[in-house]
Amino acid sequence: MTELLQQLINGLALGAIYALIALGYTMVYGVLRFINFAHSDIFMVGAFAGYYLSRVAPQASVTAGVFVLLGSMAICALLGVIIEKLAYRPLRGRSTLTALITAIGVSLLLQNLGQRVFGANPKSFPVLFPQHYFQFDSGLVIASTQILVFVVTIVLLFSLRHIVLKTRIGTAMRALSFNPTAASLVGVNNDRVISFTFALGSALAAAGGILYASNYPSIDPLMGTLPGLKAFVAAVLGGIGNIAGAAVGGLVLGLVETTVVALGGSTYRDAVAFAVLILILLLRPNGLLGKRQAEKV
Amino acid sequence: MIQPRIRILAAALAGLALLAGCSKSGSDDSAKPADTIKVGEFASLTGKEATFGQSSHKGTELAIEELNAAGGLLGKKIEFVYEDNRSTPGESATIAKKLITRDRIVALLGEVASGRSLEAAPIAQASQIPMISPSSTNPKVTETGDYIFRVCFIDPFQGRLLAQFAKKTLKAGKVAVFSDVSAPYSVGLAQFFRESFLADGGQIVSEQKYTGGDKDFKAQLTAIKSTNPDAIMVPGYYTDVGLIVAQARQLGIKVSLFGGDGWEAPELMQIAGAAALEGTYYSTHFSPESTEPLAQKFVADYKAKYNGEVPDAMAALGYDSVMVLADAIKRAGSTAGPKVRDALAATKDFPGATGATTLDAKRDATKPAVIITVKDGKFQYVETIAP
Repeated sequence: MTELLQQLINGLALGAIYALIALGYTMVYGVLRFINFAHSDIFMVGAFAGYYLSRVAPQASVTAGVFVLLGSMAICALLGVIIEKLAYRPLRGRSTLTALITAIGVSLLLQNLGQRVFGANPKSFPVLFPQHYFQFDSGLVIASTQILVFVVTIVLLFSLRHIVLKTRIGTAMRALSFNPTAASLVGVNNDRVISFTFALGSALAAAGGILYASNYPSIDPLMGTLPGLKAFVAAVLGGIGNIAGAAVGGLVLGLVETTVVALGGSTYRDAVAFAVLILILLLRPNGLLGKRQAEKV
Repeated sequence: MIQPRIRILAAALAGLALLAGCSKSGSDDSAKPADTIKVGEFASLTGKEATFGQSSHKGTELAIEELNAAGGLLGKKIEFVYEDNRSTPGESATIAKKLITRDRIVALLGEVASGRSLEAAPIAQASQIPMISPSSTNPKVTETGDYIFRVCFIDPFQGRLLAQFAKKTLKAGKVAVFSDVSAPYSVGLAQFFRESFLADGGQIVSEQKYTGGDKDFKAQLTAIKSTNPDAIMVPGYYTDVGLIVAQARQLGIKVSLFGGDGWEAPELMQIAGAAALEGTYYSTHFSPESTEPLAQKFVADYKAKYNGEVPDAMAALGYDSVMVLADAIKRAGSTAGPKVRDALAATKDFPGATGATTLDAKRDATKPAVIITVKDGKFQYVETIAP
């Protein structure tokens, strides 16, 4: 019983991280109908930004942790805006395939630049937030970093919903997503809204990077690839473009992976994750929560 | 729009032509009778196992420098050509090919990871270029052919001594094994450990697997925990092992974790944290605390060259791989592949930093191993186990 509960916690904690990364994917897609494959590398830059910021912050205190988290989110938001300006804006109006290939190019650029600038060797990520393990008599253990991931994911999920549904810029995002030409005709500044979307998406990626690195404290310039792909699967699983769907997709994927490993199939872990993607595309191309169009960003 | 594209294309073509020109003149150069002896090395200088590659490379470099300072080999200086395989599969074979065909090396040195040595070995064998692996311990490496040697012990011995260690020192009757399916080193060491441990009457209560580069091991560790082992054997490489040890402690696993020479890196301490590593053990080839005069001299020379850095086992084996090769070339009186091979095969009691090296009929070295533990936040020598 304890083992089952512990595996459930392991799976949910892993899933919450996937959900957090998937949020950024799904939001950019929801507004622009564009899959930003460089998202997973902004996630990596977020982790490295945290690594370098933590050197100026005192270790393992809540204020320092929040400072590093917000600082890294700001740096990545800026990076996202720059990437959009330099790489995606000149291609706006071209086919989606062009933008998609450019995104892959940006992803490779960030990976290789990362190897050059940060070095290719794995670095150990410092302890940002005070760590504590909650031990129960039955042997069940929950780490404070796992709880933190949950809290941050839920907070970001609801703030994102609030921004998209309740604010002026959110209304503009939805208008743009509905019809860019019509939006600009009624006075929406499309460039500004798209920049904002990328800033928001990249900040989410940075938050994901910091929390991922806090849970798995070994970071390297290629660290984004696999979690990025898994988060993409999670986004599609939940219904890409759907914010709540990303969260559900992430949790389901985390639980599926943990179940596979717990049943002794650890070598099939990634294979099963991608088989889930294929299955969902075959059986329910809109994803688990993909039906309700009104929920789309 | 078309004009600049054509210009770019033209520039690219010109660049290609230039490159082709370069490589041609390069091969012309090496066709001339060489006035140096070229020794090649492929190493993981960056990437996942960079610490291994760097240490081994530094030891190798030190040895070549010392030999050149003493007048070189056969009256010629040694020229050292090396390349980085970024710790990734698929690079080492290409590098070995390039070093042999283009740079015309007389012998190939490398690697630490058995998987990557296994990639390069068939190429050295086919070209009749002797290859010495400093620290690949999987038996398959030298089974590739009669041109492939190593200067370290092999995993059947390491697995056996770890089994003895678990039984005698740790007093463990029930052990869980957690191995990396993507590394031949890890799979082999786990298998040899299992055979010896079962033969000794031990019990293996759980066998879990991971893939090198994974970050989340909690699911497997939770499954291991539920079987209540007395100790957990993790025959992996330090980047993964660091995360495994940290996550095991997070899950409240208090028993000893232990493994092989893949653990030996200062990064292990940074990734896992000293507290989590307390009471873990690993076996390796060399301890800088050794009192042997040659080992002492090596440690002093290494410290002098690399700003006081203390050498680890990989550095010592890198150093010894060059010294064993140099000794064979001297005895052969030639750099021709077959002659050097025969001389290498006849290596007997060659004194080096890691002790006396004798290469047996299978071209493997038989050497004692040392056990290291983490105590009070430091790596500490425990004991030496003779073969």
